[in-house]
Amino acid sequence: MRDWPLWEVFVRSRRGLSHVHVGSLHAPDAEMALRNARDLYTRRQEGVSLWVVPAAEIVASSPDEADAFFDPAADKIYRHPTFYDVPEGVEHL
Amino acid sequence: MAQVYGNDFTAPGETPARPATSDEPETFRALLEGEGRVEPRDDLPDAYRRTLVRQIAQHAHSEIIGMQPEGNWISRAPSLRRKAILMAKVQDEAGHGLYLYAAAETLGVDRADLLDQLHSGRQKYSSIFNYPTLTWADMGAIGWLVDGAAIVNQVPLCRCSYGPYARAMIRVCKEESFHQRQGFEILHTLSHGTPAQKAMAQDAVDRYWWPSLMMFGPPDDDSPNSAQSMAWGIKRFSNDDLRQRFVDMAVPQAEALGLTLPDPEIRWNEDRGHHDFGEVDFTELFEVIKGNGPCNAERMAHRVRAHEDGAWVREAANAYADKQAARPGADVA
Repeated sequence: MRDWPLWEVFVRSRRGLSHVHVGSLHAPDAEMALRNARDLYTRRQEGVSLWVVPAAEIVASSPDEADAFFDPAADKIYRHPTFYDVPEGVEHL
Repeated sequence: MAQVYGNDFTAPGETPARPATSDEPETFRALLEGEGRVEPRDDLPDAYRRTLVRQIAQHAHSEIIGMQPEGNWISRAPSLRRKAILMAKVQDEAGHGLYLYAAAETLGVDRADLLDQLHSGRQKYSSIFNYPTLTWADMGAIGWLVDGAAIVNQVPLCRCSYGPYARAMIRVCKEESFHQRQGFEILHTLSHGTPAQKAMAQDAVDRYWWPSLMMFGPPDDDSPNSAQSMAWGIKRFSNDDLRQRFVDMAVPQAEALGLTLPDPEIRWNEDRGHHDFGEVDFTELFEVIKGNGPCNAERMAHRVRAHEDGAWVREAANAYADKQAARPGADVA
């Protein structure tokens, strides 16, 4: 029998927070994926909103190239406020 | 090969599945040494991948087979409250199975294939579920002792080196503590009831105590896979250490229940700072693993039948999905 596609599940735990990835599941279509996600990942009121995304539709960066991909940010510590010296006594900066 | 609910060991005469390998990628070694987490798309040694697939799959199988001994009592629970709780617990076991199958699939295997391996006997499940549930008190003993032992095995897995397995275990462990408490409550109620009820609770504890100790696997010096699993950060504590931890927790709890653990050798050892206890009969464990437990055949037959009887549901869901997708303007993945 045909395998059901894989869906990645994201849960918003409460208003004001973003959806966070919690796991995955198989379902034949989007509607069933949502219902299954409700039963699987929110049995204890873990969420107020759910996203299901076909796993095949996710585009990911490659772990093999992670170093080269993320390196350009490594030598730009001046992007952080802690990089700067603040004279003694200066407040609200 | 046997999966014992988050543990993993070989019965005597079986070959350990993985020869130790030295060709592990540098990035993998660096991750393990830095206590970092390994994620699905990292360059993984084949042996690490195979070990995890087997362990996670057999853990998942244990969760779904574990629904059977308890499902046996849903229709005969003594009150609506107990029935609702038991149904929630059995539903949790299905959920735990699904979290774990999903974690296994991140390693490039297919859930349907893992189920085939369970149904054909090529992969095992925890031997504890091959014992029968003869009375209502067994629901208590399973919750308190079996789930209690599972928690002791599983909590260290929340720090397992493989990220998806560790994350699944965090969810599972949170839910298991409800399981253990509801079991303890069942036994506490029975042991403070009529003499017949107390005797029923004692009988259940008598039958489940030793099999629960077996859930931690054979003694350390007879556990050929443990060293490799520990080197890989899959296993964090030895079988004997975990078993000792469980006994130390269970002894005062049994006193609170007013029940006796069926081991006359249990006593506090001041020097060790632990309870001494009697020797576990591992020949029984290996017999059950080999298929000679009281319920092995029944559990598998039921599982295969449930899967086959459910085929029409899966087909109908596919037909419905196809029909929805074929509708004009449909945009379904």
